[in-house]
Amino acid sequence: MAKKETIINPEMEAEEKEYSTLNLGPTHPATHGIFQNILKMDGEIIHSATPTVGYIHRAFEKLAERRPYNQIKPITDRLNYCSSPINNLGWDMTVEKLIGCTVPKRVDYMRVIIMELARIADHLICNSVIGVDTGAMTGFLYIFQWREKIYEIYESICGARLTTNIGRIGGFEKEWTKDTWDRIDNFVKEYPKALQEFANLLERNKIFMDRTIGCGPISAEMALSYSFTGPNLRAAGVDYDVRIMNPYSSYQDFKFDVPIGTQGDTYDRFMVRQHEMWQSLEIIKQAIAKMPKDEPVHADVPDFFLPPKEDVYNNMEALIYHFKIIMGEMDVPKGEVYHCVEGGNGELGFYLISDGGRTPFRLHFRRPCFIYYQAYPEMVKGIMLSDAIITMSSMNVIAGELDA
Amino acid sequence: MELLNKIKDTLNTHFPNAIEVAEMSYDFPVFTIKHDKIHEVLTFLKQDEELNFHFLTDLTGIQTADEKQLGVIYHLHNFPKNLRIRLKTFFDINKPEIATATDIYPAANWMERETYDFFGVRFKGHPNLVRILNVDEMDIFPMRKEYPLEDQTRDDKSDKMFGR
Repeated sequence: MAKKETIINPEMEAEEKEYSTLNLGPTHPATHGIFQNILKMDGEIIHSATPTVGYIHRAFEKLAERRPYNQIKPITDRLNYCSSPINNLGWDMTVEKLIGCTVPKRVDYMRVIIMELARIADHLICNSVIGVDTGAMTGFLYIFQWREKIYEIYESICGARLTTNIGRIGGFEKEWTKDTWDRIDNFVKEYPKALQEFANLLERNKIFMDRTIGCGPISAEMALSYSFTGPNLRAAGVDYDVRIMNPYSSYQDFKFDVPIGTQGDTYDRFMVRQHEMWQSLEIIKQAIAKMPKDEPVHADVPDFFLPPKEDVYNNMEALIYHFKIIMGEMDVPKGEVYHCVEGGNGELGFYLISDGGRTPFRLHFRRPCFIYYQAYPEMVKGIMLSDAIITMSSMNVIAGELDA
Repeated sequence: MELLNKIKDTLNTHFPNAIEVAEMSYDFPVFTIKHDKIHEVLTFLKQDEELNFHFLTDLTGIQTADEKQLGVIYHLHNFPKNLRIRLKTFFDINKPEIATATDIYPAANWMERETYDFFGVRFKGHPNLVRILNVDEMDIFPMRKEYPLEDQTRDDKSDKMFGR
């Protein structure tokens, strides 16, 4: 039998196929922030996605070049606003590295408590919102009051809730009150019940598992080549955690596991975050138990740490330091440092170049979700639109950090 | 320090005269590489089995203090051995061209677009070098020092007030 010639080249056919264009965003209730994706759709299947970023760009790196070191901290609040204390304390540690200041153990442990609470708040929002996007509102409503409890702890420490500006360069401005410690103890005692309840709702839920397993997967090789970090990389099976690899703030003193996934799909990302919340609780418990008593809550860096108010009125040196700090006239050595912390969604890095002036010469934020969001078009190619939505929410892309 | 010397020796044997400066800056070994060699050096550092810098942590731009040069800064990471290095490369601001790293590290794509957006560094061979965070109509590169942030008639925040 003679071989039949194909009349229509399959590739030609694909090119001539008409795709419908869909604008997902910039403001869309399912994207939790200002993200625009221009999707080319073949029916309900995504053929290609083109993300547009920058809708809330606020020029933080440029702003930072005009601000003294302690005034840059409020900027860092607005990067990943779901876990701003991690950004704040990461910035403090960067400056401490630059000026060569070592803080007391007590400060380290207090920072660890704050950062782990912030991690729980971050993961809690992300995971409960995955539930909402798959149609399970209940878990979100149940668990969300616990973020409120964490915010109350922030509030009793620093007075702010969302944009915390917590701590100071060198430590904390004052000893935490008994009320704060009570709230932390209460949280550590009560939260496991709520988290277990949330886990029971979703973790082994057949509908949720069917919906999320195999949805938006990424292989470990691809995740590494796209510089994924944080829970998204660990869900793909790479056990990279800055807290283990480059311990900062005395993380080496604590025992905790790094949960990893295998498939890198939405379910794995969800589960990695779930387990990280349990690990964070363990770290907080250890930090409370090991907390050194009778140590000051700040390092001896008068150039950076505001003196107590009564000293300002009665002591000349304190008055001078007070004036210099308020006017942003601290003496900073020349140098360049890179410091990274494990943020809520990955390795948050601060690359700081100082020329000895009152402001940084150059400050660059390594924003984890800006880097991994570029893999999104590849991850959603060929999957359904509704799967793309939960893939995005499981990646924990935060608009403030994406656009800086 | 060991790492610094080791990489310096390895690079010097494979790429003579490519390193301009090699120094330690806090905990990071820093290498300044000639800008026409940067692509080869990055490829080598990624593919060499011993060094294996397979992870691009960060890529960003910089303008030198004399405003005559632009630079690109790479932070590389080797996960299995937990080694981190920083590479820098500088070139003339009037001819800001450098080879792209997107073919070596796919993650460099958006970071290079960001660097182009803010500093005007043209990455040769980049698949889609357009602005990313700023509006497409913008015709300046805002992170350059020639575009000051605040109104320059203000002098209450000037360094000269405090004798610097």
